[in-house]
Amino acid sequence: MALLDRTARTLLLAELVSGMAKTFSYMFKRRATVNYPYEKGPLSPRFRGEHALRRYPNGEERCIACKLCEAICPAQAITIEAEPREDGSRRTTRYDIDMTKCIYCGLCEEACPVDAIVEGPNFEFATETRAELFYDKQKLLENGDRWEMEIAARLAADAPYR
Amino acid sequence: MAEVEIKTTTINFGPQHPAAHGVLRLVLEMDGEVVERADPHIGLLHRGTEKLIEYKTYLQAVPYFDRLDYVSPMNQEHAFALATEKLLGIEVPRRAQFIRVLFSEITRLLNHLLNVTTFAMDVGALTPALWAFEEREKLMEFYEAVSGARMHSAYFRPGGVGRDMPAGLARMIDDYVDTLPAVIADIEHLLNNNRIFKQRCIEIGMISQEDAIDWGFSGPMLRSAGVPWDLRKSQPYDVYAEMDFDIPVGKTGDCFERYMVRIEEMRQSIRIIKQAIADMPTGPVKTTDPKVSPPPRSAMKNSMEALIHHFKLYTEGYHVPEGEVYAAVEAPKGEFGVYLVSDGGNRPYRCRIRGPGFLHLSATDFLCKGHMLADAAAIVGSMDIVFGEIDR
Repeated sequence: MALLDRTARTLLLAELVSGMAKTFSYMFKRRATVNYPYEKGPLSPRFRGEHALRRYPNGEERCIACKLCEAICPAQAITIEAEPREDGSRRTTRYDIDMTKCIYCGLCEEACPVDAIVEGPNFEFATETRAELFYDKQKLLENGDRWEMEIAARLAADAPYR
Repeated sequence: MAEVEIKTTTINFGPQHPAAHGVLRLVLEMDGEVVERADPHIGLLHRGTEKLIEYKTYLQAVPYFDRLDYVSPMNQEHAFALATEKLLGIEVPRRAQFIRVLFSEITRLLNHLLNVTTFAMDVGALTPALWAFEEREKLMEFYEAVSGARMHSAYFRPGGVGRDMPAGLARMIDDYVDTLPAVIADIEHLLNNNRIFKQRCIEIGMISQEDAIDWGFSGPMLRSAGVPWDLRKSQPYDVYAEMDFDIPVGKTGDCFERYMVRIEEMRQSIRIIKQAIADMPTGPVKTTDPKVSPPPRSAMKNSMEALIHHFKLYTEGYHVPEGEVYAAVEAPKGEFGVYLVSDGGNRPYRCRIRGPGFLHLSATDFLCKGHMLADAAAIVGSMDIVFGEIDR
């Protein structure tokens, strides 16, 4: 009887047909894809995307050139030069991140004692040329200004865990 | 008529071949369609990780482990964290141990979902891969929620984990893994009895228990040959000793058994995940030793002492006592080990990485000999090799 059963199943392509039926049934499931540029997947407050340099609410830049981010960066993507400004406060004269070297590990953000350098929620910063990925201080501060609302909300949401 | 000697043809399989799983270059000596000799050439993804780590502090070395076997990043961080902790002689808080076990098993799910279905793709079944990638995406969202990156998480640190899990995540994971067995069942429904899949897998690339041990196999490759060896049971690390799970073991050690072992391991992983979530205690998630783990940001901003520790840890790092240590974890692919030598400084003197894939790949010739060319693709697929860890 088992032999007959097996033969019938083999001849009738039972497992292939039932497999195809299973595949077909997936056509009626809710689709999992999103219409990307218009719809996006969720991002957590911890997402590590494009870097940004933040400012204080009064417009003063936060970075004090302590160079902790430069020291911790495993890929050595950050270059900082600093000297005292006219008013005597210590600021960077140069803050470069080579985004082609960066491995997006988030250690710079963890290291920063004044929450100046952060990895923001933006992951859509592809460029047409390589040179555009060598970010300088101005570009990073612009990023900070553009994303400040979102970055501040993310930092506040994640603050209890840091 | 004079006898004609037919010479074997030598062909290149890869490094650009889609079934070569990354950058494997396989030089095959073929007698007609039968493989006479298979010669894997490696090194196309060599990045000098071991040497680089000698120039990084222990904290900086963590992200490099994500990039070895980039399909199971957290397990490798785990091995490095365990090795460093052993050298430092520090105790990891229980909550951190549970989180690590939880995410190690999520990583195992990620890895096996990928391997099982890409293996099916190698032998002609495209659909399971589409289903599994959907599930992988959901699992990677959990990765992203804890660490901020979908793959290269840098989450397990020596002394614990980077940050605590966000509130509500455990619940989400728990709810999600309830839906996963149905997907695994669907994948099995397509493959287990499928005659094409069976013809391509059964009795292909067989290996006996003795040979598997001699070739240095570990993980599902070894278990499929019938050796019940799992580091989570034989030398439990973190809280694996408290988890209740079974080790699936195969009999024949062919491609089909390897597939079956991985499918069953996914079910066991789900069991472990459920237990880890149910038993997870509250408390700190990294060691409270201020010389090893950085202070919380609120303390760093208000206390001078914490600020000094913070600066010290993010520039110089911590010094690890002199000594050498080997720590291994049961990574999804097999035994992933880290051998650390410390000279008492803030950077490892030497970090040797033992990737399971390297030993599996070295048996390619043994497994492929006498099989057809198409079977070589199936064998390479069933070995679950990822070049990040083989070339390092």
